[in-house]
Amino acid sequence: MELTGAEILVRCLKDEGVEYVFGYPGGAVLFIYDALYQQDDVKHILVRHEQGATHAADGYARSTGKPGVVLVTSGPGATNAITGIATAYMDSIPMVIITGQVHTWAIGSDAFQEVDAVGITRPCVKHNFLVKDIKDLAATIKKAFYLATTGRPGPVVVDVPKDVTMHRAEYFYPEEVAIRSYHPVMKGHPGQIKKAVDLMLTAKRPMIYTGGGVIWSGASSSLTEMTRMLGYPITNTLMGLGAYPATDKQSLGMLGMHGTYEANMAMHHCDVLIAIGARFDDRVVGKVEYFCPEAEIVHVDIDPSSISKSVKVDVPIVGDVDHVVKEMIRLLKEDKRTPDHEALAQWWDQINEWRGVNCLKYDRNSSLIKPQFVLETLYNVTQGDAFVTSDVGQHQMWAAQFYKFDKPNRWINSGGLGTMGFGLPAAMGVQLAHPDATVACVTGEASIQMCIQELSTCRQYGLPIKVINLNNRYMGMVRQWQEFFYEGRYAMSYMEALPDFVKLAESYGHVGMKIEKPSDVEPALREAMSLKDRLVFMDFITDQTENVYPMIAQGKGHHEMHLSPERELA
Amino acid sequence: MRHIISILIENESGALSRVAGLFSARGYNIESLTVAPTEDPSLSRMTLVTRGSDEIVEQITKQLNKLVDVVKLIDLTEGPHIEREMMLIKLRAAGDAREELKRLVDIFRGHIIDVTIATYTVELTGTGEKLDAFIQAVGSAAILETVRSGVSGIARGEKSLHL
Ligand SMILES: Cc1cc2nc3c(=O)[nH]c(=O)nc-3n(C[C@H](O)[C@H](O)[C@H](O)COP(=O)(O)OP(=O)(O)OC[C@H]3O[C@@H](n4cnc5c(N)ncnc54)[C@H](O)[C@@H]3O)c2cc1C
Ligand SMILES: Cc1ncc(C[n+]2csc(CCOP(=O)(O)OP(=O)(O)O)c2C)c(N)n1
Ligand SMILES: [Mg+2]
Repeated sequence: MELTGAEILVRCLKDEGVEYVFGYPGGAVLFIYDALYQQDDVKHILVRHEQGATHAADGYARSTGKPGVVLVTSGPGATNAITGIATAYMDSIPMVIITGQVHTWAIGSDAFQEVDAVGITRPCVKHNFLVKDIKDLAATIKKAFYLATTGRPGPVVVDVPKDVTMHRAEYFYPEEVAIRSYHPVMKGHPGQIKKAVDLMLTAKRPMIYTGGGVIWSGASSSLTEMTRMLGYPITNTLMGLGAYPATDKQSLGMLGMHGTYEANMAMHHCDVLIAIGARFDDRVVGKVEYFCPEAEIVHVDIDPSSISKSVKVDVPIVGDVDHVVKEMIRLLKEDKRTPDHEALAQWWDQINEWRGVNCLKYDRNSSLIKPQFVLETLYNVTQGDAFVTSDVGQHQMWAAQFYKFDKPNRWINSGGLGTMGFGLPAAMGVQLAHPDATVACVTGEASIQMCIQELSTCRQYGLPIKVINLNNRYMGMVRQWQEFFYEGRYAMSYMEALPDFVKLAESYGHVGMKIEKPSDVEPALREAMSLKDRLVFMDFITDQTENVYPMIAQGKGHHEMHLSPERELA
Repeated sequence: MRHIISILIENESGALSRVAGLFSARGYNIESLTVAPTEDPSLSRMTLVTRGSDEIVEQITKQLNKLVDVVKLIDLTEGPHIEREMMLIKLRAAGDAREELKRLVDIFRGHIIDVTIATYTVELTGTGEKLDAFIQAVGSAAILETVRSGVSGIARGEKSLHL
């Protein structure tokens, strides 16, 4: 039977196992909306701004490991989606974004609501397609999902002109796709893996540095097994938190600009660095010349272009983390050699001394609410079992430092692009995917206002997100840099004319709470968590002057951390 | 270092812009770029001349390989290879200069492919350096117009870039 292009599109989504489409209608996609309306397999979530749709799909993807799906109209629908597409691209998140387009015969004529969506998204997608013929529609959707979810994941845009959704064709969804120019390497090179294992076994001061790739590979358990077998210290990037249990004694926490003292010092002094699914980002590496000066480096990554991009490595291994780590485990088990226990014991003594510095210490006796205290309490109240999304700024760093993630896919934030406005819509995607879970959105009074309209979406779909607004009346992260590097000239970083967040939440039909005293923090959080079916907007009035420590200033090495003004290190 | 990268790429409308976009977005330099379909109409062959340190060229080839439309590529400068560029050049050729110019064209093994009372149009093929040398030899005063194809390259011997 012949179907319209719109019906074909919806059938493709169903056959792909898509649960939710996040979107917003408009002229170019009306046939698609009409087709969605006439079925119940694929559920559509109506956001309030297309940016929200992309972040929601992104949150869904990060918390489930499945691709997020977005549907927006041509022109402004597509341009509004760009920030979310770029956010997903920078963090390698699988998404398929369907953008409506003007009729094929009108393309290029500056038609109403026409933008060159393929051109405008090209620099921030893994790949994109313009479907000019209905005969190519189903196969293109199949390719889009295949590209988005395999190899190094990423967003894929499919631009669909209105007439293509209107024409008719036979529906046939291919079982498989082959793209002759695309063959992600899964298995690492055996010789390279052997070399890596040799190096790992001869290490005196080893260090394991892992990132988002472990999460996308689903390799948490194999990574944990190998790390425990070896007894080596391990650190996670901001994107990799939860890939190894943060509460485990071998975990040194996060590394990098706002990482722990012990993680960064261990990086600086290690003699063998085992980098797994991490991309040597500049917030992690700092100044390249000072990076791991004594180490030989192994790097496992599925994307060859991530390897030796900023830091030259000694043993590159192109492959999927889970495949490679399992192979490493096999070789380690076969090997008669064991790690150098004596050297390792000395190394741990040194690391424990660094740990003793207690770099995340903060003032617990303050009469003001310390943001760190809120997050620590959130961790305790939720017993470390919540999904936590975040916006961008100081609150994001504190959440990363103080919420100890023991499981992957639980910490959801924009690391690469650093997109303010991400947290709330991302939490919607997470909550839809995990209806019974506690989902907390840690945000700041500036970030939350970038996608605040999504409170309305939360109301419509009854999403009981707990918004933890760390309200310091400043763009705190900007203020911190101005304090440190611009002699305290706080240009445009003070947030004036803030709304009354409690009333704002109430006007959207949610529960609002304002918390001003440290002693109220825990009871308020407990009360909010007990309101299982309500969104609670918690406005915590926090210490305005608090800064994120430890910190490595840009262009410095891992050994040059600031602990706090009171506690400088030699 | 100068590198000549030969690419087999899907012959699709957006493919060229993906390559060009990659170079501009990442700040890589393109000295020249030629592209045309091959004997297999679904594939285009692109020759791209770029300059950069070994690290940069390594990133360039990795990033190019990562483009979904790129089917295969080689860096010709890693082995023995042949490069050729074609130039069409229109010269002012009147009176006494005509004979002298004709001699020059012969020395450079070019062909005069169009003539008027006042001009010659010359076709010349060779390495970029040879074309530069010809331009030098005729002198800018004589040149009315130049069109260069950009470099095309191929590996020497039995090595070939194909599917
Ligand atoms: C305000 C702010 C402060 C920040 N401070 C810090 C900081 O202090 N510390 C920090 O770590 N980050 C920090 N970041 C985040 C930073 O900008 C980067 O986003 C982050 O460091 C990158 O993490 P990653 O290396 O794990 O890479 P990701 O972006 O997660 O990339 C994953 C890598 O794994 C590879 N990969 C993917 N799938 C697989 C697979 N199946 N097998 C093998 N490899 C795979 C990919 O090719 C890629 O190279 C900060 C961000 C912001 C906004
Ligand atoms: C869309 C966007 N615009 C600007 C920035 C730059 N920026 C980074 S952090 C920040 C301030 C965030 O303030 P707030 O949300 O209140 O968080 P705080 O740092 O105070 O915790 C700004 C403006 C950004 N990351 N994203
Ligand atoms: Mg703030």
